[in-house]
Amino acid sequence: MSISRRKCLKWIGAAGIGSVAGKSAFAAGNKHFEGYPGSFGVLHDITLCVGCRSCEAACANVNELPLPDKPFTDLSVLQEKRRTTEKAYTVVNQYEVPGKKAPVFRKNQCNHCLEPACASACFVKAFKKTETGAVTYDPTVCVGCRYCMIACPFDIPTYEYDEPLTPRIMKCTMCYPRVIKGELPGCVEACPKEAMTFGKREDLIRLAHDRFRKYPGRYVDHIYGETEMGGTSWLYISSAPFSEVGMREDLGVTPAPELTSGALSAVPMVVGLWPVLLTGIYAISKRKEIVFQQELEEAVRTASDKANSKLADALAKVKKETKNAVEKAAQPRTKEDI
Amino acid sequence: MSDKPAMEVKTWLTPFNIVSGSIIIVGIVLTILRFTMGLGAVTNLSNDNPWGLWIGFDLLVGVALAAGGYVTSAAVYLFGMKKYHSAVRPAVLTGFLGYSLVVFALNYDVGRPWRLPYPFIIQQGTSSLLFEVAACVALYLTVLFLEFVPAPLEWLGIKKVRELAVKLTLALTILGVVLSTLHQSSLGALFLIAPSKLHPLWYSPYLPVYFFVSSIIAGLSMVIFESTLSHHFFHDKMDETHLNENQGVTLGFGKAASLVLAGYFIIKVMGIAGGDNWSLLVTPYGIWFLVELIGFVALPSFLYAIGVRNRDVKLIKWTAAWTVIGIVINRLNVCLIAFNWQLPSSQRYFPHWMEIATSVFIVTVGIVIFRFIVTKMPIFYEHPEYKDVH
Repeated sequence: MSISRRKCLKWIGAAGIGSVAGKSAFAAGNKHFEGYPGSFGVLHDITLCVGCRSCEAACANVNELPLPDKPFTDLSVLQEKRRTTEKAYTVVNQYEVPGKKAPVFRKNQCNHCLEPACASACFVKAFKKTETGAVTYDPTVCVGCRYCMIACPFDIPTYEYDEPLTPRIMKCTMCYPRVIKGELPGCVEACPKEAMTFGKREDLIRLAHDRFRKYPGRYVDHIYGETEMGGTSWLYISSAPFSEVGMREDLGVTPAPELTSGALSAVPMVVGLWPVLLTGIYAISKRKEIVFQQELEEAVRTASDKANSKLADALAKVKKETKNAVEKAAQPRTKEDI
Repeated sequence: MSDKPAMEVKTWLTPFNIVSGSIIIVGIVLTILRFTMGLGAVTNLSNDNPWGLWIGFDLLVGVALAAGGYVTSAAVYLFGMKKYHSAVRPAVLTGFLGYSLVVFALNYDVGRPWRLPYPFIIQQGTSSLLFEVAACVALYLTVLFLEFVPAPLEWLGIKKVRELAVKLTLALTILGVVLSTLHQSSLGALFLIAPSKLHPLWYSPYLPVYFFVSSIIAGLSMVIFESTLSHHFFHDKMDETHLNENQGVTLGFGKAASLVLAGYFIIKVMGIAGGDNWSLLVTPYGIWFLVELIGFVALPSFLYAIGVRNRDVKLIKWTAAWTVIGIVINRLNVCLIAFNWQLPSSQRYFPHWMEIATSVFIVTVGIVIFRFIVTKMPIFYEHPEYKDVH
């Protein structure tokens, strides 16, 4: 295969554009991802929920989840605080709020973060934030490490612990298969009180503010999910403080990927600089050894030179003395003889 | 280890074999249970507590305690501390076995272990710290294998390949330090994504640095601790060089450990200051945090220093064991004890006995293999044919 200069330049150009146009590896910066434009979400008006569990039943139905031991019409389960499980993508809990006569009901399911912690944490990219707004999961690549469950600030993903060889992560899909067909999510469609509204996220935020204006004093002036963990596709408005209905208010507004971007950005620096540093240390220790050896040899040489010259001096002295003595001895013993 | 070697018929029923054998039989049964009934049957893991003992101990503690390999080979081959040369082989062997067991243990914990290569060959989740951990552990296991391979090659008498492997020493050592820096720190960085779940005294943006620095402490202490045990059980396998150098290794590594512990103490205190978490120190979690910080960081740093100053080898050896316990506590704190601290106690995790037994089984397998290797291969002594050819 021959490569023309022109072709080669084209390739280099393409690679250059590719690397420029490609996603930046650095999450930090002045860019803020506000979700795919026109992506969908659901606004859950907690003040309208009556705790009938129709959404739970619809969810189990459209997602073909196994039926629970107690039927969905049994409202006694509302007494306990339930969480999502591998058999229930959504649960409604009942809260007694101080200062309110009637209990408050709140539905719980995946919030479909704009920048999902689960997707950021997955080392095999099993999660995907789709352009519809739904965060989907691909069981065909999942290894089952459960790091997504560690990462999720809302405690949503669940795991099939009783599957020995084919366990999956189970969580709400915002009815992605239905939404792309133009249908409503199962829970939204089933709600008899219209406590949930499906629509474009930006429209839902406007709708929430409309309700704040229309019913002064009814709502807490905050849309939960507008900024939490960088924003979520599911949004909530409530008459009770969110912490009173089991929603954490201490999550902050930092999207999950930003929490780890600093540590990840250190990787290339370590890869680049550690070998230089370590080779340097090796070279210094090696050189020290060589210098030590040289100095040792030098010292030995000087010492031996010194010793040799001393020896030579001593020898010369001895020789001289011997000579003198011999000469002395050889002299005629005239005086003594006399 | 028999007292009457000449007359006694060689029996397999030594106490060591009986104990390790029964643990291994239990382990095999548990393995079958795990792969036929699922994680739910043998663990107390739940949707609230997706990671348990097999990650907290087998992975996090395992990797930290296997740090002796990179610490010792860096000291000897890069920093020029040749007087510790006889410590390299046992440390590299422990490192290699340690990492092998970590990977072995992971097969129990993950849902579909045969997919463990997927992150490399199917889809690369490069935004995940776990991807970095997986990549570095896989590469480092290869490096450790290559660092270890001269010993079996000498045992088998394959000279040419051994020479080639020995020539790689410097490059492998550098690569080993790079990879260890990355994955030791990344194991701490795994938890950066969950500030709402890990107690603020343990959660810190410095988590990766803490894990890396404490891995050096773990490596140094493990070399001392393990050589103490080896001297007890394999004294007859050691040559004169090994025995002569041993005290120097203990004193030298003890001195280094004291210094690194002091540095670690300082950066841990800086972490409290950085997060302005002083007021949390008087809570029950804070007291537990102080037990770790004072009892297992400051105290051993001090004891190591005294041991080195007085040339008290016995004190240094006890301190090494104490420090190893401290590392275990630290990793379990981050992964299990201070994790999910806000959950009501009914939803908290405590390992099932079968999880503990499986971890014991995996450690036992490691000890059995270690024992086999040091009794067959030149680990504690130099092979007579390869003396002075390093």
